[in-house]
Amino acid sequence: MKKTILIVDDDLDYLFQMKLKVQQFGFEVITAEGQKEAEHIIDTVRPDLAILDLMMESDDSGFILAYRIKRKYPDVPIIIATAVTAETGMTFNINADDNKQWIKADLYLDKGIRADQLQREIHKLLKI
Amino acid sequence: MSNYKILVVDDEAGIRMGTRRILQNFKVDYPFMDEHIEFEVLEAATGEDALEIIDSQMPDIILLDNKLPGIQGIEVLEYVKRKMLDIVVVMITSYASLELAVKATRDGAYDFIPKPFTPQELRGSIENITKQLFLKRMTQKMNKEGKQIRFQFLSVLSHELKAPLNAIEGYLKIMQERQFGEALVSYDQMIDRSIERITGMRSLIMDLLDLTKIESGNPVQNFEEVDVAKIARASIDTMRPYAIQKDVDIHLNSRDSALMSADSKELEIIFNNLISNAVKYNKQGGRVDVFIKKEADFLTIKVSDSGIGLTEEDQENLFQDFFRVKNSKTRNITGSGLGLSIIKKIVEMYHGDITVESIPDQGSTFTVQLPVDREINS
Repeated sequence: MKKTILIVDDDLDYLFQMKLKVQQFGFEVITAEGQKEAEHIIDTVRPDLAILDLMMESDDSGFILAYRIKRKYPDVPIIIATAVTAETGMTFNINADDNKQWIKADLYLDKGIRADQLQREIHKLLKI
Repeated sequence: MSNYKILVVDDEAGIRMGTRRILQNFKVDYPFMDEHIEFEVLEAATGEDALEIIDSQMPDIILLDNKLPGIQGIEVLEYVKRKMLDIVVVMITSYASLELAVKATRDGAYDFIPKPFTPQELRGSIENITKQLFLKRMTQKMNKEGKQIRFQFLSVLSHELKAPLNAIEGYLKIMQERQFGEALVSYDQMIDRSIERITGMRSLIMDLLDLTKIESGNPVQNFEEVDVAKIARASIDTMRPYAIQKDVDIHLNSRDSALMSADSKELEIIFNNLISNAVKYNKQGGRVDVFIKKEADFLTIKVSDSGIGLTEEDQENLFQDFFRVKNSKTRNITGSGLGLSIIKKIVEMYHGDITVESIPDQGSTFTVQLPVDREINS
């Protein structure tokens, strides 16, 4: 059975393009246009993996959403995809112990990532 | 690495020695800043000595006993306050009565360390004070250079400029790879979206130009006697085609003329932004009302719409740079998120005021009040 990937982003064009890419990798895709919509979805659906934007309704929507998903489904891998590093110089090293406690993401990706790299990262997280 | 000077003012030599020993190899780290701070301890046995050292060496932190042989600690504190020195004063005293605590805090003491204290207590307290002081100075420095605001602004700006570029690039790549076949018609929606994003980006750039004009540090406007009603009418005419497209009616409710001394370009920006918002966030068949009223001291501009309205939370954030209302009703509406913050900046330059009242699903009213005759930009 196809694995399901939840993609959340408030940029509808980016969401559409990301969905297309991930579908081409052979996955089922569910999309949400923001944190709130995504929270509704995870009430009833357990995705196999989630790709989240960081800044949506608020600047840290992605982190909050990641936290909620992990609380409900601790085993679902989460990728936070954002362009924030390149723009602000802020870095989040999710492997640092301090951050591990509160950033509930398994991988932190730049939005400009190439399709083949993205596919490789998804496969790695899903252990395919 | 930085070096903070700590002045210990105490008539007991033991306390001074102890403090010196405790802080000798003590370092405070600042993980976010790649910065650690070390300490140099200065000593004064009397308040008089303390004042001399304050003047000659300018310590960063003073540990101050109140009970001194000559002038009291509290007078040293008053001296620091009066000269508005950038020094954090911490009272160390065994007479930490409530009364003294209240007085010292009112006079600007940052904290108390009760005597006797353990090395751990002193280090903990110094660590807190140091971090507080470091952050305070950093903030002051950044504020002075306008850096903090600038940094925030630029990072959001680059996000807002890059997002449409990424979207358009993504669509072009899909087309380049002919992912939906050879027929151009399959890509119609992507082309529409690309154009939409370009339009949004253009309006952002236009708004930025307005903003740069306002913030160029040269806010001397072309002041002249202008007829506000005339400017409003011109602005409505500019917006009319867009309003017709959206099936929204615009009405001007004003007596013939409303004269005031102002820069007509700036008033135009106010009207254009308010009216285009009122149209943009309206419902089909909705209406926009523009009121202009001149009173003795104030000119009032009101723009009301019968649109989607604003929640209280949205109203609070509305005037911030790049703020946009995000909900299902606004998802297809593009905008830079700068219009209202631009208006607010202009209105502030005129020493005026802008307010909003709104009921979700019923509409919003924006009210701008500008003083008619007074010094501007003073």
